[in-house]
Amino acid sequence: MIALDIAIKDKCYGHSDTVVLKNINFSVKPGEFVAIIGPSGCGKSTLLNMLCGLEGSSEQTLLCNGKAINGNESHKLGYIFQQPRLMPWLTVQENLQLVLPVPKHETQQKQLDDLLDQVGLSGKGHYFPKQLSGGMQRRVAIARAFAVNPELILLDEPFNSLDAPTAAKLRLLLVKLCKSRGSTVIFVTHDLSEAVYLADRIIFMSNTPTTIIHQVDIDLPKPRQEAGSKELAWQAQLMAQHPQILAGKATF
Amino acid sequence: MKGIFSTKHTMFKSNAMQFFTVFYSRLLMLIILAIIWQSLAWFINSADFPSLFNVADSFVYHFSQGDMLANISVTLGRVLISFIIAMVLGVVIGILMGCSDKVNELSDTLLIIALNIPALVTILLCYIWLGLVESAAITAVVINKIPTVVVMIREGARVVDEDLLAVAKVYKLSPSTTFFKIFLPQLYPYIMASARAGLSLIWKIVLVVELLGRSDGVGFALNTLFQFFDIAGIFAYTFAFIAVVLVIESLIFRPLDKRISRGIHNDSA
Repeated sequence: MIALDIAIKDKCYGHSDTVVLKNINFSVKPGEFVAIIGPSGCGKSTLLNMLCGLEGSSEQTLLCNGKAINGNESHKLGYIFQQPRLMPWLTVQENLQLVLPVPKHETQQKQLDDLLDQVGLSGKGHYFPKQLSGGMQRRVAIARAFAVNPELILLDEPFNSLDAPTAAKLRLLLVKLCKSRGSTVIFVTHDLSEAVYLADRIIFMSNTPTTIIHQVDIDLPKPRQEAGSKELAWQAQLMAQHPQILAGKATF
Repeated sequence: MKGIFSTKHTMFKSNAMQFFTVFYSRLLMLIILAIIWQSLAWFINSADFPSLFNVADSFVYHFSQGDMLANISVTLGRVLISFIIAMVLGVVIGILMGCSDKVNELSDTLLIIALNIPALVTILLCYIWLGLVESAAITAVVINKIPTVVVMIREGARVVDEDLLAVAKVYKLSPSTTFFKIFLPQLYPYIMASARAGLSLIWKIVLVVELLGRSDGVGFALNTLFQFFDIAGIFAYTFAFIAVVLVIESLIFRPLDKRISRGIHNDSA
């Protein structure tokens, strides 16, 4: 189980002096599902990239189970990007095998078949990504993230630009897979109802230079319903308290 | 399911139709060319412009009586060796230049110079410095070809998708898996393009190399035919070698192309 302690003093964009993230401090408990909501371009993806060691800053302390994150951690990590990022020249099966430490092992083959079955793609292992629809490609990306049995999963607006029914199906799938694995999840989105449906806690972020403006635990029982009455009421209450929170402004 | 099969069947049918249309239009073009050639030959009626029948006779003669087969195989051997060396070195240098700004800055001027040195100069210098030996011939061809490969591969390496490489980093793939499964496949179209362009360029240079300093091969044979003004023989050799290159294209390049472009086109599986 993975716990995270995050303290970023400031993070500049590339080699420029523009500060993207400023004073970001939060912790994530083992097995917790944390959603991060913030306006477009506020540096949410940058934060995720820092959490997996793709980007760094000299002014940061990122701890994973008490150890500094540098991209060489031994824990298993799944990352579902905004775009599926599948290798177009590899079949679905090969895309999944690619991330496994010992590919083509017999038990792993069985595991992959089960996984494909779980994401509703059984029998599609020999297809190339281009032969699949956008929703199916995302399912492969989800399967790839879960193929490594991740202890920590990072999701970067994975259901963006999908039609509502497909997105709903994939959210359900995500809930099922996360529950079966008990992984710690950090989920970046700009959709409040999606966050309310999935997360244990929501962290709201401001516009750049981005800071945390509000954190709130979602005290609704699980499993939740998409656009259920309790969920909608919770959402309405939050919006009444902080009408500008999705635009990156908190009211206290 | 039935729908998919019938769509596939229709697709197959339309693909077959398309193939035959292309095949027949190409054949028609060749026939028209042959008719124009033959008419011109009758009209000019000179030994300098042999008719197709003369070329065919000459081909049969050189093929059965002369050493056309030996010459073509010697040339082909030289083409293949220089092609492989030039491609391997060109791809390596191209990747290095495309991935590292420092290497690119250092070697860019050298590349431009190498691209613009006339083939003939390289060939002459190689023969003078290394002697009239086989290695000099191969070296000359390789030096001529490498810069063009480098230019193409460098462009490919510059536009490699960083997002896909990030996937490799996140999932902690080994450097060799990252290179062979994620990096190199992105360069395949560039490698194929330079290989195709390379083969045609290399065999032309090999002929010049043979003409200048070897005592066998198609280039040497053409030189001999030129001494005797045997125009029909020159054409016979040219067509024979073009035919060999076409066979290589259809037996090696097309299947290879299909293999490495799998997944890129919708109909590849």
